[in-house]
Amino acid sequence: MSPAFDLIVIGAGPAGCRAALAASRHGVSVLLIDEAAAAGGQVHRAPAGGLVLKLDEDGAKGDELRRRIAQSAITLRFGCRVWSVASGFRVDVAGHGGHEAFTAPRLIAATGAYERVVPFPGWTLPGVIGLAAATILIKSQGMLPGRRIVLAGCGPLLLLVASKVLAAGGEIAAIADLSGPADWLATLPRVLRRPGLAMRGAGWAVTIGRARVPVHFRHGVRAATGPDRVERVEIGPVDRSGAPAAGNTISLAADTLAVGHGLVPGAEIPRLLRADMIFDRRRGGWVPQVDELGRTSLPGLYAVGDGAGIEGAEPALLAGELAGLTAARDAGRISAATYEHEVAKPSRGRASYAPFADAMADLMALRPEQVAGIPAEAVVCRCEDVTRAEIENAAAAGARDVNQMKHFTRCGMGPCQGRMCGDVAAELLAQSRKVPRHAVGYWTGRPPLRPVPLADLVGSFDYADIPIPTPAPL
Amino acid sequence: MPEHAAVRIRGGQRGARVTIRVDLQRVEAHEGEMLAAALMAAGIYRLRRSPNAGTARGAFCLMGVCQECLVRIGGELRQSCMVPVVAGLEVATMPGEAQ
Repeated sequence: MSPAFDLIVIGAGPAGCRAALAASRHGVSVLLIDEAAAAGGQVHRAPAGGLVLKLDEDGAKGDELRRRIAQSAITLRFGCRVWSVASGFRVDVAGHGGHEAFTAPRLIAATGAYERVVPFPGWTLPGVIGLAAATILIKSQGMLPGRRIVLAGCGPLLLLVASKVLAAGGEIAAIADLSGPADWLATLPRVLRRPGLAMRGAGWAVTIGRARVPVHFRHGVRAATGPDRVERVEIGPVDRSGAPAAGNTISLAADTLAVGHGLVPGAEIPRLLRADMIFDRRRGGWVPQVDELGRTSLPGLYAVGDGAGIEGAEPALLAGELAGLTAARDAGRISAATYEHEVAKPSRGRASYAPFADAMADLMALRPEQVAGIPAEAVVCRCEDVTRAEIENAAAAGARDVNQMKHFTRCGMGPCQGRMCGDVAAELLAQSRKVPRHAVGYWTGRPPLRPVPLADLVGSFDYADIPIPTPAPL
Repeated sequence: MPEHAAVRIRGGQRGARVTIRVDLQRVEAHEGEMLAAALMAAGIYRLRRSPNAGTARGAFCLMGVCQECLVRIGGELRQSCMVPVVAGLEVATMPGEAQ
């Protein structure tokens, strides 16, 4: 018999933690699961074991979140991977202790996001990493990713990584930002609605300016080259839409390229359970249709945080609070009056973040014109080495949606399960077929949600542990 | 010190200094560190080859998603970004190739 809870929360980042805490506070029995060893998600990721760093704002907030989780009545399964979710809900988990299954009538998916990198020749070379990967190295490992680093991409993560590299004494060869000063200035009216966050961003910009790092606005990566790791990075101008533009390219010597073009919601659980999905370019791609309280189209299934559409850490906390309270209300643990009282403040707070979140999301959204500029020979699907040309050949051969294209080419069929290439591959297919992006659909969700070593499913057992049924009477 | 490597930022405290074995090489690392990061700090970037085109690959997303940092530990494929360093860890890179 699987252990039963009132509520299972998958993902212990800001949204999942706050959802679990809010529900638990009202007497709901909560199981919180995360594949990391500690709560915090990527933004508030815990430092590696034994590592003590001078805390930045994110680290301090993470410690506070971890303290509150540790003091709560929430049942924790950290360092465990959810590999299947069935309706009802049954959640199958693989981890150190082998396989476990849990059930609950309510489930909150708070699975966060992963990074989008729009392909260019050489993006598969060792030494090319994501911008988010660079922040993880710096914040949770106390390491700079290399000795001479090129930073490229778009959005606030570019500034954050640059300021952290400089603060740690690292060398930045150059920053290539798809956006121009005008694009950043255009965000100001919305950004200034959150003065605290705006000041933080301004602080990063000042750090970069003081260090006299060459900043190339409206530039993108043309190629990374090297025999079997990065040695040079070529950047070139782009127009305001992100498309490669005429003009001189710049070749930079570097041992590391950290590059990222925004975030993609990790919405596999709603997809797997066949919840209604909508395509929302600003929110990062395909997201579950949710109401303002996080309820999806499936009764009992809630989706919050960046996994339900890119909004950032602060709105994710509030969305988590709202979904946790709503789950407690749906479970009959809070009176209508208490519920109305408690949701009022986070609802207002979340609404007040919307202009800021939208401004940042717009800088990070996938630019169709950038995708149109990917060279034909560039690898799009890293796992299976599928190029843009092969995706277009599949379109010409009659592949109408991403799942057909996957069958034709193996694009998205490798061990990352289409997470790294999916958004761009779908954009290429839509452009090739000259149809709106939503018309090519999304990968069908299927278990396992992540590759799981068989050993983790089997666990360890002795001969005596194998149940032998009583023989039937003769 | 290898020429191209991730660099441990000075200051603060780290886990105990331990030795792990990567293929035939002894590598110094700190207990509790992410294995993928410890490998980068040792200048070991090329972890595998892509199965189709055979091109060199290394850690990319560092958050458990991309599967590029797969290595073999105790005979099993593991994402090195999800494995903490412990003393005596034995790691084989290039997991798809004959050992």
